Amino acid sequence: MSSTLALPESGAAVQARSARLTPWQAWGLILIVPYMLIFLLFVVYPVGYGFWIARHPHSYVQLVEDPIFVRSAINTLMFLVVGINIKMMIALMLSGFFVQARGWIKWLSVIFILPWAVPSIPTILSVRFMLNPEWGLVNSLIFRLTGEDGPNWLNDPTIALSMAIAVHIWKSLPFWTLILIAGRLAIPADLYESASVDGATNMQKFRYVTWPSLRTLYLTSTILSMIWTLGDFNSVYLLTGGGPADMTHVLATLGIRYLRLDQVDMSMAAIVCALPFVLPLVYFMMKRLAK
Amino acid sequence: MRLPSLRAVGTEAKLLLIGIPVLIWTMLPLYHMFLFSISPKDSAFSGKLWPDHPTLHNFEVVLKQQHYYLSHFWLQLWNSLLIAVATGVFTLLIATFAAFAISRLRVKCGRLVMNLALFTYFIPAAFLAVPMYRTMGSYGLLNSQWALTLAMVTIATPYSIWVLKQSSDQLPVELDEAAIMDGASPMQLFWLVYIPLMAPALVAVGTYALLLAWNEYLYAFLLLSKDTSVTLPVGLGNFLAADDSPWELLMTTGLIYALPPAAIYYTFKRYMVSGLTAGAVKS
Repeated sequence: MSSTLALPESGAAVQARSARLTPWQAWGLILIVPYMLIFLLFVVYPVGYGFWIARHPHSYVQLVEDPIFVRSAINTLMFLVVGINIKMMIALMLSGFFVQARGWIKWLSVIFILPWAVPSIPTILSVRFMLNPEWGLVNSLIFRLTGEDGPNWLNDPTIALSMAIAVHIWKSLPFWTLILIAGRLAIPADLYESASVDGATNMQKFRYVTWPSLRTLYLTSTILSMIWTLGDFNSVYLLTGGGPADMTHVLATLGIRYLRLDQVDMSMAAIVCALPFVLPLVYFMMKRLAK
Repeated sequence: MRLPSLRAVGTEAKLLLIGIPVLIWTMLPLYHMFLFSISPKDSAFSGKLWPDHPTLHNFEVVLKQQHYYLSHFWLQLWNSLLIAVATGVFTLLIATFAAFAISRLRVKCGRLVMNLALFTYFIPAAFLAVPMYRTMGSYGLLNSQWALTLAMVTIATPYSIWVLKQSSDQLPVELDEAAIMDGASPMQLFWLVYIPLMAPALVAVGTYALLLAWNEYLYAFLLLSKDTSVTLPVGLGNFLAADDSPWELLMTTGLIYALPPAAIYYTFKRYMVSGLTAGAVKS
């Protein structure tokens, strides 16, 4: 009934649309204007401005010759390749832990979300104080337990960067674990039951049931996490400030460093250099989500 | 009879072997913050896991603004609240309008707008920070709280539109048809049918935008600079300017600043988890 009614009406709607806007289309355009304004004023214009600032070839020459830029690029890669993969693997394991039906695990999962729920500024500063070589809690404990001085955590570029990665993991691990828990809960329980009947070990259950179902989600999460981590300014800036000797900068903090030094062209050039790596990831994500 | 129970104990022990490190890892920075906030100044650095004389003195100092770094505590807290609420409200309005136009009114350029929004969502916000700073400068908005609000709305809307469009697409088509039959105008459909049905998703998106703005540090310190106009995280960052900063006060302020978002998160967890995590990565 409704389909026979709808058919001639939609035909009429097409005719009307070719003549003039229907009220529905007109309202649609009006309602979309606020977002388009925001987009034009605060995305298109800044991005265009950014490219315009970064138009001089000599900015790029200067950039490549700057050892701090090279170091930042390596640091960013370490952050993405090592940090993200460790984080996602831990998240995958923990998601298996948190789906166990136990009262205390349910309570633990509520606490486990805290790092994601609280703002990162105070917690990163808390870690920064904890790692202070003279007064910090960590070195005090090391001294009391072993009688020796602990490492100078944030004064060694490698340790400092590792700590920044650890802070990043601390903050975002709960989110990705939550995502993978949702993925695991979506796997039909009878798959596991029939695997048990066939005498599969836990390892085999993971290999043949869990992993095939989670694979796509895991890959998507990893790529999305990489894109987001590129913009992780707080973990590095608030923990190490880029130090010691500007050795722990990542691309997100480098831009601000150049801005402080009044070298905005370098700041923009650094971001333009990152685009060939970022845009394929963005393209991949858009293909996946824009369905 | 004893064997299975032994095995169960073994499994439980294995689970505890994961659970206890997870608990310590999660709580350590947070407990450390709490520890500082209840420690008197001289014993904060003793490296003890519980102070000899726990005190609420730090909270008193912060709430009464009795320190140089804290002379604008209440004002900065208010700024944070104002900007977070404004961001939440504007994001909700703009994103709901857009999602309604794209999903229900099927506006012609809807697909293009959705793709532009998604693209913006995937550009790391830190990449946009410097050009945004210069842009706000050329609009003459620097040091105005509008600059931060608008920047946060810009960052929050793309994802909000996407989440709202996803849940909006799940509403039955018959809804619009029935509304048209009854002679409803698009705006009547929007306010009387669409908004009430979308309420859970709207809560999720509003909370997301609110927390995003409350937690923001990078844009806040770039776009605002006056002590009286900055938000609380910038005030916290300013503690780092000096080596002899009062850490116990910084941690106390940080704790106060961290409580509202945590409370909001746990209150709306139901909506957040279904609306955001399920939507963030659909497989």
